[in-house]
Amino acid sequence: MMKEETDIIDQVVSQEYKYGFTTDIEMETAPKGLNEDIVRFISAKKNEPEWMLEYRLKAYKYWLTLESPKWQNFDYPPVNYQDIIYYAAPKEKKKLSSLDEVDPELLKTFEKLGISLDEQKRLTGVAVDAVFDSVSIATTFKEQLKEKGIIFCAMSEAVQEHPELVKKYLGSVVPHTDNYFAALNAAVFSDGSFVYIPKGVRCPMELSTYFRINAENTGQFERTLIVADEGSYVSYLEGCTAPMRDENQLHAAVVELVALDRAEIKYSTVQNWYPGDKEGKGGIYNFVTKRGICLGDYSKISWTQVETGSAITWKYPSCILKGDYSVGEFFSVAVTNNKQQADTGTKMIHIGKHSKSRIVSKGISAGKSHNTYRGLVKVNKKADSARNYTQCDSMLIGDRCGAHTFPYIEINNKSAMVEHEASTSKIGEDQIFYCNQRGIGTEEAISLIVNGFCREVLNQLPMEFAVEAQKLLAVSLEGSVG
Amino acid sequence: MLEIKNLKAEIEGKKILNGINLVVKPGEVHAIMGPNGAGKSTLSAVLAGRDSYEITAGEVSFNGKDLLEMAPEDRAREGVFLAFQYPVEIPGVSTTNFLKTAINEKRKYQGLEPMEATDFLKFMREKIELMEMDKSLTSRSLNEGFSGGEKKRNEVFQMAMLEPTLAIMDETDSGLDIDALRLVSQGVNKLRNAERSFVVITHYQRLLDYIVPDFVHVLYKGRIVKSGDASLAKELEEKGYDWIKAEVEAATV
Repeated sequence: MMKEETDIIDQVVSQEYKYGFTTDIEMETAPKGLNEDIVRFISAKKNEPEWMLEYRLKAYKYWLTLESPKWQNFDYPPVNYQDIIYYAAPKEKKKLSSLDEVDPELLKTFEKLGISLDEQKRLTGVAVDAVFDSVSIATTFKEQLKEKGIIFCAMSEAVQEHPELVKKYLGSVVPHTDNYFAALNAAVFSDGSFVYIPKGVRCPMELSTYFRINAENTGQFERTLIVADEGSYVSYLEGCTAPMRDENQLHAAVVELVALDRAEIKYSTVQNWYPGDKEGKGGIYNFVTKRGICLGDYSKISWTQVETGSAITWKYPSCILKGDYSVGEFFSVAVTNNKQQADTGTKMIHIGKHSKSRIVSKGISAGKSHNTYRGLVKVNKKADSARNYTQCDSMLIGDRCGAHTFPYIEINNKSAMVEHEASTSKIGEDQIFYCNQRGIGTEEAISLIVNGFCREVLNQLPMEFAVEAQKLLAVSLEGSVG
Repeated sequence: MLEIKNLKAEIEGKKILNGINLVVKPGEVHAIMGPNGAGKSTLSAVLAGRDSYEITAGEVSFNGKDLLEMAPEDRAREGVFLAFQYPVEIPGVSTTNFLKTAINEKRKYQGLEPMEATDFLKFMREKIELMEMDKSLTSRSLNEGFSGGEKKRNEVFQMAMLEPTLAIMDETDSGLDIDALRLVSQGVNKLRNAERSFVVITHYQRLLDYIVPDFVHVLYKGRIVKSGDASLAKELEEKGYDWIKAEVEAATV
């Protein structure tokens, strides 16, 4: 590579993370460390019923028997789980009855992040649940949604108000025994969103949760559960940011989706946690378990993710295709720059007959980063006529980064049709020069080429967020050449 | 409008251009011919601003400005267009989107507002008609899966859209069959006018049957060794390059 190109990459890669500010607000926190008392403390803070506490304790005890996994394709120093604060919440003076009573500092914080909780200034057609550290601050449009029987609220509220639904579905897709981080999450999860769409209802607006980590030394362990009853439809989007800090912060969330007969859930993520600095100092460890089950026939679950942030991203949003004719989709753009690492992909488990899945993964590596796609397509014995199509493309920017692909395919039924396509490309100086020669500057050229590379995935995002995601890609990568 | 004085360039220590002198006035078409390895493509790359070449001497002024000082994108915005010998593919980016970006970058450089989407589409439709292009080409990913002929026609279409004052065509005829050659040349001829100049680089004379040049220059060993009018090209076609090589060798002894 020419020297000037290396310079351009260095220049570009130094882009500032613009969400790195902190909010100065009085917080209530649990003491550092994890033990049974902390689990009880969290449960008590949330005024939880006995069954919820028992669930947490069971998970905690199970977690104690586990060791953190070692099969991933990246290195990170061991996390000291006793050095993390498991609960942090802005101090509330009294119970809130409306948005007007939310601490103005918090409202300002979300304004600054471009999320207006003020329903007057809201994004049209998007209802937002705002989660700040361990608690949900506010949920907009609750009343309008209620009219249709839709429940959209904080998980802690759902435990109180809709215990029958929570009891039935919580842990039904990702049991606490699933993996190390799922067990940890089940023990200490703080808040997150709960969604229930009743039979035959098409949710009239995008539902969205915005996660913000603010407090120092805390972990964020949110829990999201979405249940789409027969014949219903919902599109849900999550976004996230965190301040710039020198230490790594752990984010270990669990997301569970349940789609009953003919229901459809579309789940989109625009992940922009703080990625750490150029030298790889600081940043979020994004270790998340996301899984959906197409429980009913003709149901559909579609994951779309645009992952640009985090020091390490480690997650496999998956679909269990239990219903006959059910459909699972996974569309992913994962960008790594500087010293970021990502090991991400999906699992499609075909159980139902005629179940179909589609995987489109676009990995972009720049700087000294490493980007891994890891995916499993499994067809069970009884899943007659299952089909899968996988397309897995990697793009390299510069010559100091890496792209890796680990596709696993397990077929136990001869009628299955499984296709896998993969490609690796480099943004070449030829492409850049071609754009330059047409009057397009190098940064704009890279943004154009990368957006073109990801187009199939970006097209899946709800309109309101597609533009945002495009800009995010441009900011994450501006100017790198290979 | 373009004045090249004693231009010398090398790549990785290898001297390719050894003192080029050339003056192109508005509206003129200059053909640059020469045997393989004479430095023809290097000349076009250096003029467009490819940074893999090192300029060791000389100057190039374009409309009174020092071209060699400018970044490639600024040269383009100033009105220099290079039709590539090997146009690159950009998957997922439509020709429409690409050209809209290019035009708006140029407008930004000129201090103008971006073009309204509807105005842009109207402008593009006009050019599509003028160039007799297949409309579907503009919605396809740039050059991806295009045949050789489609790629070259797309270069000329881009030229029509960007309206340069100096168009450099680097072996546009290479890899084209006779029908494609005719179509591409027709497109170019439609774009000829009193302000727009062309530097047409080619190995073969046949392109010049269609795009008739005002001047023909022969490039050999990084220098223009002979200049003339369109009849020089015919002479080269008949006699090949050897007699010129012999002339040059004789002169240098």
